[in-house]
Amino acid sequence: MGQVVLVTGVSRYIGGVLARRLAADPGVDKVIGVDVIPPPRDLGGAEFVRADIRNPMIGKVIAQGDVDTVVHANVIATPTFAGGRTPQKEINVIGTMQLLAACQKASTVKRLVVKSTAAVYGSTPRDPAMFTEEMTAKRLPSSGFGKDSIEVEGYVRGFARRRPDAEILTLRFANIIGPRIRTSITDYFNLPVIPIPFGYDARLQFFHEDDAIAALVRGVTGSTTGVVNLAGDGVLTVVQAAAIARRPFVMVPMAAAGPLGGLGKRFGLVDFSPDQMSFLAFGRGMDTTVMRTTFGFNPTFSTRAAFEDFARTVTPVVPSFDAVTGAVGGLAGVAQQVLGRATGGRL
Amino acid sequence: MATKPTAAKAAAKKAPATKKAPATKKAPATKKAPATKKASAAKRAAAEKATTTPKAPASSKKPSATSKKPSATSKKATPATEKKGTTTKTPVRRTSSVAAGAARASGERARRRSTPLLSAPPVETAAPATATPTSSTVPEPTTPAKSAAAAQAAANPSATSPTGRRSAHRPHPTVRAKASAKATKQAGIRPQSPRAKRAADEAARRHLRVATVPEPKPKPARPASPDPTATQTDMSLPVPGIEELLSASIAAMRMAAQGAGISPEEIERRIAATLAFVRRRLEGDYSVDEFGYDEHFAEHVIFPMLRPIYRNWFRVEVRGLENIPDEGGALIVSNHSGTIAIDSLMVAQAIHDEHPKHRVMRALGADLVFQTPVIGSFARRGGSTLATGDDVDRLFAKGELVGVFPEGFKGVGKPFKERYKLQRFGRGGFVSAALKAGVPIIPTSVVGAEEIAPIIGNMKTVARLLGVPYAPITPTFPLLGPLGLIPLPSKWIIEFGAPIETASHGTGAADDPMLVFDLTDQVRETIQQTLYSLLMQRRSVFF
Repeated sequence: MGQVVLVTGVSRYIGGVLARRLAADPGVDKVIGVDVIPPPRDLGGAEFVRADIRNPMIGKVIAQGDVDTVVHANVIATPTFAGGRTPQKEINVIGTMQLLAACQKASTVKRLVVKSTAAVYGSTPRDPAMFTEEMTAKRLPSSGFGKDSIEVEGYVRGFARRRPDAEILTLRFANIIGPRIRTSITDYFNLPVIPIPFGYDARLQFFHEDDAIAALVRGVTGSTTGVVNLAGDGVLTVVQAAAIARRPFVMVPMAAAGPLGGLGKRFGLVDFSPDQMSFLAFGRGMDTTVMRTTFGFNPTFSTRAAFEDFARTVTPVVPSFDAVTGAVGGLAGVAQQVLGRATGGRL
Repeated sequence: MATKPTAAKAAAKKAPATKKAPATKKAPATKKAPATKKASAAKRAAAEKATTTPKAPASSKKPSATSKKPSATSKKATPATEKKGTTTKTPVRRTSSVAAGAARASGERARRRSTPLLSAPPVETAAPATATPTSSTVPEPTTPAKSAAAAQAAANPSATSPTGRRSAHRPHPTVRAKASAKATKQAGIRPQSPRAKRAADEAARRHLRVATVPEPKPKPARPASPDPTATQTDMSLPVPGIEELLSASIAAMRMAAQGAGISPEEIERRIAATLAFVRRRLEGDYSVDEFGYDEHFAEHVIFPMLRPIYRNWFRVEVRGLENIPDEGGALIVSNHSGTIAIDSLMVAQAIHDEHPKHRVMRALGADLVFQTPVIGSFARRGGSTLATGDDVDRLFAKGELVGVFPEGFKGVGKPFKERYKLQRFGRGGFVSAALKAGVPIIPTSVVGAEEIAPIIGNMKTVARLLGVPYAPITPTFPLLGPLGLIPLPSKWIIEFGAPIETASHGTGAADDPMLVFDLTDQVRETIQQTLYSLLMQRRSVFF
């Protein structure tokens, strides 16, 4: 008897690929994918059920399917993809509340895996260099995705109190990046000119999309409980990442970041909330010892490799150093030849 | 999930309605279309000839799609007329075309705002995306996909939902094998546009090119003759490389350098180093550790920049370097003074330049440092990190040399009359961190830094307004404006004292407040006594 897994948010990239991967897993009998819009991609062997996690009816899906493992991958990071900040918050907070209430009622549910985020640690100049799992944010994110994530984790803790028999695993992902996924951070590095807060050079950690799927599969099929930080090895700074993506950057004073962010949002270029602005100024690092030891997961991509894999899909704006020197050399050569012809080889 | 008989019945009832909707709507539209549109519709119809479901062409609504290939239209005119003939044979359905159109529109609208589903029926199953040949051959994803979905719904009644009974006018959204652009965007997947694909291909090629080029680094050709005419003789090359340009310009610079009295080789070496540096910075080809220490930047910018100040301005004299271990963790505890906290940089420079192992001191800073733009990012690149227990433990675990200035702003911003009087050493957190890691504490005394900008007054209101710990008045600042920020050239002495062992206290000693206070006092007294003795030995402030 294998597992019956319910995956929320299958219409989004991570959820969809996860459902397909789980359906192919021999230890999993059945995968039920849930979302409000039909998935744009083939879910493979997974069964799609169109249901809203904000609706108590989600309990029926869990009860009828005899679901024993629930994967909550429907915490939306970018408001543009949810249709604005209000639906985003509703899906994240009310959705989690209803889903966990349904899980609490369903006696069949034995394991809950929550896809959380590093945003719960916030981002301030008073942060330690690396956050371990037991640390909390120095200043709680006051808005946006970070606040949602903190509330989501609060509900998960509440669920843990009421259902002490259930195994709960919270995975805090660093920014997931890769050639296929689209998030606010990929939008940001796709801008023709990357605005960077003046005088800051934040440390960033990335996690490759393939690693993210593999980690979620491991979280579902394994037996680890608790909280695990997931990030690739090493850090990149914003300036360095812009250089790797071959983008010019412009230093923007932090005071001007708000209006500029509003403009970017208006034109649909990028959607950045204030807590993400401070993330770009101060950055964040997560300690991944628990990921390697307790969780037993070794990501195949380091932070740098993950970003380079993403950067391959970005059209370079700045020519490479070789191209510049080649062009200069070529120009000089042409000039030299012209000069040589003009002087008749006397030079 | 097994479909209930009622649901199947409802679906069967719904199916003809959904099937009817697109066909009836399209038929008159196609008939009325002008000649050009008819031709394009013909092309579309020909394209759809291979599809299994016979349906009206849907392209009359989209004039943008019609003008893609005008050359192909005349060839395929005949099947279009045939198709038109078949579609006009259904005059019965024309009566309900308005209703069907409204149903389609409302269905579309319903999907647009389909997120709040609180009133919608709860559970619907759909066939898990069976990719029918219909949808895969349909070129336009929006309208034909919908008709394909409707056809699929008609063919497969089990896939439809019990919604049909309650709201027949809302077509049930089923899984489509090909997603609309909007759905793809909402799902957070970046569609691989042709432009992006081209870019990816180009990027792949670029990498190939980089791999094949043996040494693209624009080092000046050293064996090349310094005579610029020598390089210009080989004009047979079609496109001469960067080397020729560089050697020519370097030859010019050599002559300039000879005129200025500097060794030409030195100039050449420096230009090569600078170009290599710029290249690595521009390509992001450097690594940053978890605290933000950027070794490449520190070695090539920060330390070289501070070296003239260290050697020629303050003429720093270093004593007791042998007290710093060659490897492993150690804690350097120093006094802090000088209004602008340049003494921490000079201690780091002294260890980096004079220690046989050229170790890098990882200084601990207040959060105000990392909050300040420019200074904060420079501090991190230079190896500093926030003064918290977590970071110190982490640094000691890596065997790093940590530098701490426990007086903090109290020491830097104290008035000149209190010079060389150590302020309170905080709560002794640095001692407990050293105890926890069992690393030696090296008391360090800096003499000379107090005189670089003597504080004769403090503008407390200004400081409060700016949110800084102090706003100093020195003999030159703010009198001379920015020039007043230049420190006075005092003569410095840095003495590293004998290390105080902490490993012998055993585990758990870090939590013993008595021991921590005792050790803190011991360190503080050692530094104070060394300061007094150094002041006695010093000949004068500036020499």
